[in-house]
Amino acid sequence: MLAEKALDLIRELKRTSGGTLPPFNEDKIRQVLEEVQTLFEQNRDTAKYAAEGQHDVLAAIQLRHAGIQRNKRCLLAYLYNRLENIRRMRWEFGSVLPADVKYNMCEHEVQWFNQYNRLLANYMRSIGESGGLDLTQDMKPPKSLYVLVRCLMDHGEFETQDGTVILLKKNSQHYLMRSECEHLIRQGVLEHIVQ
Amino acid sequence: MSTEDVGDDLLETVDDEEEEEAMTAPEVLHKLEEAWLNEKFSPDLLPVKSNLVECMLDQIVAMENNISTLKKGDFRISVHRMEIDRIRYVISSYLRHRLAKIESLTTHVLQEEEKRRDSENVLMSPAELEFAKGYCNSVMTHLTNTALDHMPLKAATPNAKEIAVLPNLDSYVFLKVNENTENVLVEEETVDAREEIMDFEKGDQHIMRYKPIASLVESGGVSLI
Repeated sequence: MLAEKALDLIRELKRTSGGTLPPFNEDKIRQVLEEVQTLFEQNRDTAKYAAEGQHDVLAAIQLRHAGIQRNKRCLLAYLYNRLENIRRMRWEFGSVLPADVKYNMCEHEVQWFNQYNRLLANYMRSIGESGGLDLTQDMKPPKSLYVLVRCLMDHGEFETQDGTVILLKKNSQHYLMRSECEHLIRQGVLEHIVQ
Repeated sequence: MSTEDVGDDLLETVDDEEEEEAMTAPEVLHKLEEAWLNEKFSPDLLPVKSNLVECMLDQIVAMENNISTLKKGDFRISVHRMEIDRIRYVISSYLRHRLAKIESLTTHVLQEEEKRRDSENVLMSPAELEFAKGYCNSVMTHLTNTALDHMPLKAATPNAKEIAVLPNLDSYVFLKVNENTENVLVEEETVDAREEIMDFEKGDQHIMRYKPIASLVESGGVSLI
């Protein structure tokens, strides 16, 4: 059936649960592009007959044209949604993506990600006069100044704002300022203990 | 904790923090909070309030300087730190919401900005505009490189109109009226219903479609809640 493969791509998007990025489906994309090419060539050949006055081929041309359009739309939707997914991860993980995510990205997506990183960094630097504001901090409304955290892995020494150095050892618990350890919590080094 | 509480707390501290600006700093913060909520709940991008953001960022720096003059262990430090955290959250959340909208509605906001270019009331700050343009370009390049380049020429031209994501202006919003406004056209005349006109009184709260009241949100006549 026409545009079946493109629909598969959309189904793949739908199946993807939040927070993961499936491998870039290069094979299927190539197949869709080939289908577009075939449809286009068929149309070009038939168009000659139509020009000669055979009006019964017009319906076929239109159907193929709709197929091309649909393929294109599904393909762009697939690519665009992947970008959105990657963008969400940028906010979650910071400027360096985990290796397994990176492995599933295609070369162009890596390029796009780097570009996006640069744009975002430039923008955040330009906020205010005193060297910018990190928008990826303060993701949740602050409830209290200090939070109780537990270390999930050995992270080494960590210097707090007032100059005290603490050792983040696995399974140790600390009472830290929320603004300082927020990114460590998101990276999974610390765990916020909710009482 | 409700926003109301946060607001009140903030007002107090900023108040005794900056005595010479006691009249303005709380007002600025209040305005910023209103802008933040409006931005959060409106489906479309609203004009940027960069002066409010910059003013509050300066306030934060001033407060931090004040804190550093206090002795270590002074209980006021933690109170002020908390306020700084709260203000910073409001600012970053405000800018984040804007960025998210710019990213999803890129083409749309760029067109809107083009329309407003000459007026005073710009939609985006220069930095945001640069970001929007860069983002638009990078997405288009990606789509071109991965898919469009491999299609036959005729099909490959990207149609801006087809690709643009438009905000859903018909989505419903909660709103609170700040100024008495009369004769607001809430519903246009259709085939089977007459037009609906309402008078807004200060303090009223409504749920209605965003589109008819979009201009009021911009002028500050109503605020979204």
